[in-house]
Amino acid sequence: MFRTRRTISTLPNYIILTLLAIFALVPILLLFLNSLKSTAEINLSPFTLPQEPLWDNFVTAWREGNYANTIKNSAILTGFTVAGVIVLAGMAAYALARLNLKGGNVISFYFLIGTGVPAQLFIIPLFYIWKQLGLINSHFGLIIIYIALQSPFATYLLRSYMVALPQDFIDAARIDGASNVQVLREIILPLSWPGFLTAALVVGLFTWNEFLFAVTFLPGTDLKPISTSLYAFQQRYGRDWGLTNAGSVIMIVPVLILFLLLQRNFIEGLTQGGLKA
Amino acid sequence: MAATSLHREAHQARRRQQISGWLFVVPVLLLNLIVVVIPSIAGLGMAFTDWSGVGSMNFVGLANFRQLLQDQVFFKALIHNLIWTVFFLTIPVALGLLGAYLLSGIKRGQMFFRVAYFIPYVIAAVVNAQLWRFLLNPRIGIGPALAKCCGITFLDVAIFGSRDLALFGVAFVDMWHFWGFLLVLYLAAMSAVDVELYEVARLDGAGRLQQFRYVTLPSIRPTLVFTILMITIWSGLVFDYVYIITGGGPANASEVMGTYLYTSAFERFKSGYAAAVGVFMTLWVAIATGGFVLLRRLGWEI
Repeated sequence: MFRTRRTISTLPNYIILTLLAIFALVPILLLFLNSLKSTAEINLSPFTLPQEPLWDNFVTAWREGNYANTIKNSAILTGFTVAGVIVLAGMAAYALARLNLKGGNVISFYFLIGTGVPAQLFIIPLFYIWKQLGLINSHFGLIIIYIALQSPFATYLLRSYMVALPQDFIDAARIDGASNVQVLREIILPLSWPGFLTAALVVGLFTWNEFLFAVTFLPGTDLKPISTSLYAFQQRYGRDWGLTNAGSVIMIVPVLILFLLLQRNFIEGLTQGGLKA
Repeated sequence: MAATSLHREAHQARRRQQISGWLFVVPVLLLNLIVVVIPSIAGLGMAFTDWSGVGSMNFVGLANFRQLLQDQVFFKALIHNLIWTVFFLTIPVALGLLGAYLLSGIKRGQMFFRVAYFIPYVIAAVVNAQLWRFLLNPRIGIGPALAKCCGITFLDVAIFGSRDLALFGVAFVDMWHFWGFLLVLYLAAMSAVDVELYEVARLDGAGRLQQFRYVTLPSIRPTLVFTILMITIWSGLVFDYVYIITGGGPANASEVMGTYLYTSAFERFKSGYAAAVGVFMTLWVAIATGGFVLLRRLGWEI
């Protein structure tokens, strides 16, 4: 009897929650369905299952969007940015969390202000400085920017993990004569790897999806990552829905797979980022 | 003798540790200095020049700012940012609170719903834009379908091409991608609320709405206030969705400060002028943050 009463009282919750889930998911489902139809079929029936899945869309989109190249570009940008942020922010977080730096609070405060400055204040001068340095249309130039933008957040995230580690292990290693680098490598890293994974996922997602800096600093077609090349692709094939939908699906499939596998880390990292940035 | 040398050694070891500790922080600081701090200062300076991006740069005092205050398009953009703020402070916050409250009341399926609501947040702006350009297309989208089947015609228009609707259309798409993120933040705050408070409220005869009003809302106030601050800041800086979907059009109907700055700098080559817009946007952030700090100083418990 208790059970039924509880079920009945939560039933309205489930009804509304399901409606909200439909609101969140059905548009994405429709994108997938309509990536498997010809544009002619989409024009006739955009809200039904495909009569016969047209996998050719993906082949054409892959070729016309030059995906082999743009995915390579995105992988380069994402890979090096994640690696750079993990190394640099990991080091900084370790120093701030564990080495009792004199003036460490000043740095934390500086990061807080530094991340509060809107990109719109510095993007124009940065563009012309990078132009002077020959870093426009260079993956290296954009990676530097991404690392600089993402490191403060990652430092915060990693610091909060490292602060919580037990001091005993570190003391023991110190007595054995371990240096800062050894302590970081042998003790901190293995113990705080979930933090590193979370930071890597958030930074990777940011870089993969990033638009403003990519469109500004990589105007050359051959160097474009997937986000800005998809944008150009959409502009070029505006009404060819089958093709542009397939192009979009290619971009989000890796993200969705990773997200579904590691959703705990993603959600934790992204909400922390929102709370601290 | 031995004791003092040991002492000195320990002292030196500490110093070495301090120095190498600073070496660990320097790379991040240096990169931030080069990419953010120096260009930001340059941006402040550039706002007082007539620079086009090439050639000579002349100091023009406050001319850019005076021009901005008379610029109809900039004024429009600023108003749109304010509308955007109001839109984002109401609809996604309401959806997030509703969803989080309902979700905190159930056990089975909580994980599924949380993941489902969060998915749009991890999808890139270019893809979400594509998705909704498709769904809101005036020929094949939801609008004409609803008109044909049920006679509901208000969506059967070219939303992104309409002067009256473009801004709201873009805000809706950004909102669709964002509200689940808010929901997850609120849910985390709500699951930290002491269950006993609800029991006491129930014993006092409080219904669900009253429990929400008198227990949930006060308990999650820090998170709520924080999200309000973040939304206010972000609404002044919005760029991606507007630029990708409408480019600020038609006829500046969805122009915001972010897109106006971008096209001024990189399409009309008025760098000095655009930098002045950037200073304005920074002011927006400063005012929002300052107001938040001020209210707190004045004793508001936020």
